[in-house]
Amino acid sequence: MILDIGFETMPREDLEDIQVRRLQATVERAYYNVPFYRANFEKSGVKPDIIKSMDDLKRLPFTTKADLRDNYPFGMFAVPMDNVVRIHASSGTTGKPTVVGYTARDIKTWAELMARALSAGGAGRGDIIHNAYGYGLFTGGLGVHYGAEKLGASVIPVSGGNTKRQIVLMKDFGPTILTSTPSYALHLAEVAEEVGESFKNFKFKFGIFGAEPWSEKMRTELEEKLYLSAVDIYGLSEVMGPGVAMECHEAKKGLHIFEDHFIPEIINPETGEVLPYGETGELVFTSITKEAFPVIRYRTRDITSLNPEPCICGRTHVRMNKVSGRSDDMLIIRGVNVFPSQIESVLMGFEGVAPHYQLIVDRIDNLDVLSVLVEVGEKLFSDEVKILQDEAKKISKNIKDYLGVSAKVTLVESKSIARSEGKAVRVVDNRKI
Amino acid sequence: MRVEQISVFLENKAGRLAEVTGILSDANVNIRALSVADTSDFGVLRLIVDDNAKAERVLKENGFSVGKTSVVAVEVEDKPGGLHRILSILTMAGINVEYMYSLVVQRNGHSVLVFRFDNIDGAVSLLKENGITVVDGSKVQSM
Ligand SMILES: [Zn+2]
Repeated sequence: MILDIGFETMPREDLEDIQVRRLQATVERAYYNVPFYRANFEKSGVKPDIIKSMDDLKRLPFTTKADLRDNYPFGMFAVPMDNVVRIHASSGTTGKPTVVGYTARDIKTWAELMARALSAGGAGRGDIIHNAYGYGLFTGGLGVHYGAEKLGASVIPVSGGNTKRQIVLMKDFGPTILTSTPSYALHLAEVAEEVGESFKNFKFKFGIFGAEPWSEKMRTELEEKLYLSAVDIYGLSEVMGPGVAMECHEAKKGLHIFEDHFIPEIINPETGEVLPYGETGELVFTSITKEAFPVIRYRTRDITSLNPEPCICGRTHVRMNKVSGRSDDMLIIRGVNVFPSQIESVLMGFEGVAPHYQLIVDRIDNLDVLSVLVEVGEKLFSDEVKILQDEAKKISKNIKDYLGVSAKVTLVESKSIARSEGKAVRVVDNRKI
Repeated sequence: MRVEQISVFLENKAGRLAEVTGILSDANVNIRALSVADTSDFGVLRLIVDDNAKAERVLKENGFSVGKTSVVAVEVEDKPGGLHRILSILTMAGINVEYMYSLVVQRNGHSVLVFRFDNIDGAVSLLKENGITVVDGSKVQSM
């Protein structure tokens, strides 16, 4: 069901009028309230008043993850802390997380957009939503939660983990909507089977899966194993959180971007040039209603394309195709952003370990599994097995503490990690998505 | 009184041990004693050889990580209770045995065991006080 007929089916010309006005206001506020934006604009020789039409957006400079990191923790906030009612954070390249803030109105907007998204994904009042996204600094859990309440559905804030208990709740509470990462959903199906249950006997109608990229092949698998209709949701904390874009369950062919709040662009990641509809490149977002944390031309590093064709659901908002990759080497492991450089900085803390390491990502039993191969050089080596094992455990613990993901640390012989042109091959991603 | 042991880090892959013994044999290095401590992922090969310097050099040339540790070689009477007596003496003195393994050949009709202690000097003098023969490093290598 289309929750907000007025905005979601608005004729394109009207939508564009609203976008320009909101963009002008956002650019002005960012320029005057965030020193970074003012400096960045000045470097490019532009002032807020250059925005006369949507076409002028491309004259503004980009914002990158590194810019957010440089302004850690609250430097990008456009309102005084008095007006910030919520803080979320996601992992970043140097171990410092990317911190985002929300005003009361931002939280309200987010809840509305998440409610729209859940509705587009088949949920409504009377549905019971089993929300297995993690609650905490990660935006997934709370984002879906507020949207579900706004929609008037019953939400079970089960969060991640304790999978067997989740199966019991699914059986006893009869939830009709599942929200989780797609890999965790498949894991749920397997654990259900292990304990002698089947999703066939559960009441799920729709599964709203996101926080990590997934393929059409995975859609088939999810639908077969979980006996539900699987739809894709997109979002990132820098832009807002889940609910930036949502696939409608009617078409299941691309995700409508809520364009009355976010302006998408596709650029050539090498040159920064804006690409026309249909062409594949890096997705860039400008928020046009956010108060505490506006982003202007934020480079998501996600690779996709935009589809302007009218949709059978009636929404007029442009659709983004499923994310097909990353323009940098970031790995998304169980919904957590992991940069090889973060692992490297953990390893640097151990004498004789770096720089010889390799990350291997596999999908085993539908869960992402990260292995870190560490070469045992002279300094790390001991003739006592226990000392070596303890060292591996310590590395693994530090990775978990630092990045929030579990990693299996495997000690390997020195010079055994494949090198290409003298440089060790840092990442081997064996996941087929 | 100490014996120098060399150790090599090995991944648990078929044929890795044979590679090490092959390298040593090609270099004409004799193995006096050998033990492997392994886990599911890796193993540590410990060796007493007749020419440490050469062994270390050829192994490093072949890309292995090589370590050196001091161990103690002890004659053990080849009769029931022989080993037990030694271990009891050490236990009572609070000296820990990190690991032990035996030499390939016998000496004076006795087995020779290689011990790694947490307190080498203490262990050596304690064993000597109790009339147990501690074999010199040079003698072990030339046995
Ligand atoms: Zn649609």
